[in-house]
Amino acid sequence: MGDEPTPPGDLGTETDGGVRTYTVRLELVDEPGELLAALEPIAENGGNLMSIHHERGNITPRGHIPVEVDLGCPPDRFDDIVAALRENGINVIQAGAERYGEEISVVLVGHLIETDLSDTLLAIENETSAAVLDLSLSAPQGTGDTSSARVRLAIDSGRSEAVFETIRSVSEEKDLTVVEPLLGGDA
Amino acid sequence: MRLAILGAGDVGRSVADLAGEYGHEVVALADSTNAVIDDDGIDVEGALQRKRSGEPVGVDDPDDVFEGEYDVLVEATPTTLGDAEPGFTHVERALEADRHVVLANKGPVAERYDELRALEDESAGSIRFEATVGGAIPVLSTIEDETPQAVTAVRGVLNGTANFILTRMAAEGLDYDHVLAEAQDLGVAEADPTFDVDGTDAALKFVILANVLSDGGFALEDADVEGIQNIPGSALNLAAEDGRTIRLIGEATREGVRVAPRLVPQNGPLAVTGTRNIVQIETRHAGSLHSSGRGAGGPETATAVLSDVSRLADR
Repeated sequence: MGDEPTPPGDLGTETDGGVRTYTVRLELVDEPGELLAALEPIAENGGNLMSIHHERGNITPRGHIPVEVDLGCPPDRFDDIVAALRENGINVIQAGAERYGEEISVVLVGHLIETDLSDTLLAIENETSAAVLDLSLSAPQGTGDTSSARVRLAIDSGRSEAVFETIRSVSEEKDLTVVEPLLGGDA
Repeated sequence: MRLAILGAGDVGRSVADLAGEYGHEVVALADSTNAVIDDDGIDVEGALQRKRSGEPVGVDDPDDVFEGEYDVLVEATPTTLGDAEPGFTHVERALEADRHVVLANKGPVAERYDELRALEDESAGSIRFEATVGGAIPVLSTIEDETPQAVTAVRGVLNGTANFILTRMAAEGLDYDHVLAEAQDLGVAEADPTFDVDGTDAALKFVILANVLSDGGFALEDADVEGIQNIPGSALNLAAEDGRTIRLIGEATREGVRVAPRLVPQNGPLAVTGTRNIVQIETRHAGSLHSSGRGAGGPETATAVLSDVSRLADR
C-alpha cells in the first residue's frame, strides 16, 4: 500500500438493525490458505462478509498482499473480530478507520535533501509497519539549507511507539529534528 | 497567618502587596542582601517603595528573618539548578523550626523533592508549592483534590515564552530568530532566553508534577528535554496544512518526564496562543480536565502562593 494512497477509512454506515459496515484492511503473506485464515475469524465472530478486494497485483513495501474486506456486524462485535484476526496472525493495517489503523503525521526538520529524503522514507517504511501515505516538503531557503517535511503515515494499531522509535533513530543518524504528534489524552 | 517573604522580585513583592487583601500579615521581607523585619507587621508600602527606587528594602540582616515570629516562610528567591541553593537551605531552616513553607521557587521541589519530604516528615510544618507549576493556574491543588493516585498523566504548555514564539511564528510565517528578537523587545523573552526556549523551565515544572504523581524520585536529569530552537517557520506552515500546529508540550507520568515540540490539532485545547499556559490532567475516573490561564507574572503567581497560605491556615 506504499504506492497506493488509501482514502481515509469510513467509519461505517449505520443500518436499521444496528448493524454497521466496516472496512478492514489486511496484509497477507502470499501463501495458500492465507485468505481463508483471514476470513474465518470474521464469520466465526458474527461478521457478515460483504466484499473482498484482493489486490494480487499490488505488493506492500514488505512484500505482502493488501486485502480490503467490507463486513457488516453490530458495533459491539467489531472489536472481537479484529482481535480474532490478530490472534490468527493476520496483520490488520486499518480497521474501521480511526480506532485501529492509525494515521499519523510527523514533521521532519533538517538537511532533508542532502541526507537523501527518499532513503529516510524507505528506512521508515522498511524498518516499521508504517506506510507513507503522503509527503509535503518545504524548502524556503533552497534545497541546500534546512528544510521541513510533513510525512503522513499509516500505522498498525498499537504500533505507534515502535514506529516513533524507528523514526527517532533514523533521524538521529541524519541529524534531523523530529516533531512527533501528541497522542494520548484527548489532545 | 504571619508571612516571612524571602526574595523581593516580582513574585515576592506581589505577595507582600496582596497579603493584606487575603487576610495575612507580612512580618519580614528580604532580598539577597537586605531585609525588613518586624514581628508586629512591616510597613509593606514603604518597603516596596524603597525597593522600587533602588534603595535597600530595609536595614535588617536577611539571616535574622529565621529568628522572627512568622508562621509561613514564603520562598520566592530565584530558581537555581543542581543543589537548588540557597532555596533549599531556607526551606530546611524553616521546617527545622516547625514552620510552614510555601515555595514559588521551583529548584528545591524539582531537584531535591525527596529530601524536602523527609524534612517535612520530621517537622510540625508543611510545605506547599502551587506557584511552582503554572502560576495562577491551580494545577497541583487539582491533582491533590483528585488524589495523585487517580491521575494518570499531566500534559500541557507551561512556558509562555516558548509558546509566544511558536504562536507568532505560525501566525506570521516568520522564523525563530526574528520572533525571538521581537519577544525580547516586548519583554516577553528575557535577554538570555535559554531556559525558556531549550525546554529547561518547562521540564522543571513537569519534573515537579512527576514527583507529585509518584511521590518523589525525579530530578531534571531524569527528563527527556528538547527545545524549540531548531523549529523553522516552514515546519509550522506544513503542520498548518494538516490542521495542526507545533507547541512545546510537556508530559509527566509515573514513568517519566518528556518535554518536546509536538504536533497538536490547531483548534485543540492544547494549542493555546501567546503567553497563555494550559494543563490537561488525565484522570482514571473523571476523564481529562483542562485548566488554562496565566502561567507567570508577579501578581498571578502571588495568588497561587496566597492560596497555599490560606490552605495552610484552614488545616
